[in-house]
Amino acid sequence: MATVEKSQDTDKQKSDVILNYLRPKKIFPSVWCAGCGNGVVMSALIRAIDRLGYSKDEVALVSGIGCTSRLPIYLDFSALHTTHGRALAFATGVKFAQPHMKVIVITGDGDCLAIGGNHFIHACRRNMDITAILINNHIYGMTGGQGSPTTPSAAFSTTTPYGNVEKHFEPCDLAQAAGASFVARTTAYHTPQMEKTIMAAIEHRGFSLVEVISNCHTYYGRLNRLGDAVSMLRMFKENSVTTAKAKNLSPEEMEGKYVIGTLYEDDKTEFCDEYQKVVDAHMEGK
Amino acid sequence: MVDTQRTLLLGNLACVQGAIYAGMRFYAGYPITPSTEVAEGCARELPKIGGRFIQMEDEIASIAAVVGASVSGLKAMTATSGPGFSLMQENLGYAYITETPCVVVNVQRGGPSTGLPTKVSQSDTMQARWGTHGDYTAIAVAPSTVGDTVTETIRAFNLSERFRTPVVVLMDEVIGHQRELVSLPKPGEHQVINRVQPAVPPEDFEPFGLTANYVSPMAAYGSGYRNVATGLTHDTMGFATNRPDEIKVKLDKLRTKIMDYQSEITKLRVEMMDDAAIAFVCYGSVSRAALLAVALARRAGVKVGLVQLYTIWPFPDNKLRDYCGQAKRIIVPELNMGQLVHEVARVMPPDTEIHSLQRYDGEILTPMQLLEKLEEVM
Repeated sequence: MATVEKSQDTDKQKSDVILNYLRPKKIFPSVWCAGCGNGVVMSALIRAIDRLGYSKDEVALVSGIGCTSRLPIYLDFSALHTTHGRALAFATGVKFAQPHMKVIVITGDGDCLAIGGNHFIHACRRNMDITAILINNHIYGMTGGQGSPTTPSAAFSTTTPYGNVEKHFEPCDLAQAAGASFVARTTAYHTPQMEKTIMAAIEHRGFSLVEVISNCHTYYGRLNRLGDAVSMLRMFKENSVTTAKAKNLSPEEMEGKYVIGTLYEDDKTEFCDEYQKVVDAHMEGK
Repeated sequence: MVDTQRTLLLGNLACVQGAIYAGMRFYAGYPITPSTEVAEGCARELPKIGGRFIQMEDEIASIAAVVGASVSGLKAMTATSGPGFSLMQENLGYAYITETPCVVVNVQRGGPSTGLPTKVSQSDTMQARWGTHGDYTAIAVAPSTVGDTVTETIRAFNLSERFRTPVVVLMDEVIGHQRELVSLPKPGEHQVINRVQPAVPPEDFEPFGLTANYVSPMAAYGSGYRNVATGLTHDTMGFATNRPDEIKVKLDKLRTKIMDYQSEITKLRVEMMDDAAIAFVCYGSVSRAALLAVALARRAGVKVGLVQLYTIWPFPDNKLRDYCGQAKRIIVPELNMGQLVHEVARVMPPDTEIHSLQRYDGEILTPMQLLEKLEEVM
């Protein structure tokens, strides 16, 4: 009996944390389908920020267009819900103007990698201290299930009705190659790991990418016969391997697997820090 | 006494001086002829005053960074020319709907497309008004000299902060690349306007609340007021709406906040119009030729005058009618295939003869060409 009460308490505390960060006066529900990974990421993000202890005025959330990009409006931080693909460019302005703030970009695979691809590689290259959370559900959800740059070859979408003839991007590889100094992957199933990964990404000084493999059961799941949200989450659970385990697996064994954990991290210089050195050296009257 | 502030300055660098005077502390841009010296000047000058310069990956990103910087609290600017101005239209629309102050300088060159990178033009006159999709009201100002460029850039910042809206500075290649002696303004010589801060407690703050003059106070990030901005049509809280009553209120606000206060925005130069039977109406570098043409024609006894537009948008309908009232013939010289002339024709009484003088071969309109047109019209 005592155990049950304790568990209820913990649940209440957990929901209090979430409620504390929902934007006052915003009328819910969200635009997201029941079971969507976006909500899972939102609660992990809240818990990560809460555990790191940042005040609401120290955090800015920036997003583009798509289901995922609606997230900042729901939370009680300064929010910039911008144009399709441009979130990282807007975030660059916010962070450079207010370097003391934690700037977090919430983006989707279409937003970040198709229309926003150029901004993405340059944000990685510049290594400005921005955390990008890329929720990758392999499809355009908001417009109704079209193929995206992460739709796997042969997969079905409304614009690949006979199977995708294109190749897909691996966002983490792309980020690392373009110069990002922190790259990690998690899935909508692995919520404790997701929370820790987001915390590490926010604390990392430099551009950090957290790719979250997520479920759009409404479109991707239905069109590819992957079942409902629960089935897709189970699939993420069964097909994920940690970075440590992945080292010992052959390419054949790695086929169709998601490697989760911190994939890459370095301590290269950060943009705002470097620019501040220029200001310190050239500012008049100093 | 020697005026130590008097200096030989490039038009594009005069723009930088005006912007810094007005409080610009953030510049994001992308190189493009003939505006590049604005970026170069900002790269040199901003670190010296604790400001920030960043070269972005393209013009889409440049205006995005400018809006991000301004929303979060710094006065911000970008500069470009035709092709870049086209790329900026998407996020310029975002700045209009989110009511974000910022200044976009367009040093015009010939088009369409890559067109004439090193040649003068005024063919973006209409793009500065109608460039991005949807309904909105635009403000655009236009200098005609290097000295003007300083004051018009200051004015652009002041208007953008006063009205919470982007302001376009329509320069052209001739002004941008011209060197003239200018007296840089001393501190306090020009008023510098800053956006209104919220006066209510954070819990009562409405980012797009309706006020007496329709301009909502704007809070910086980290100030305790947590801003919401979205490109979706939104209510006074900044939340997306599909309600017809709220949609109309928002779009009316974008227009009314500017059009009901047009007298604060309109600026014209009126020369020899008291008894003029014929008037030149123009802007930018063309008005330099018009000034000389008017002086020469007056010497020959021709009753001709000039109305130079420093404010292009919103178009000064009433003021133009007032000043051109008795002039029954109007010549509109412009460096394009006829854009401003349509506005003049729309505004003037139907019995006014409107004559268009167009040049679009990349060269300037000369005073002699204006005089020839005057003779033809007389």
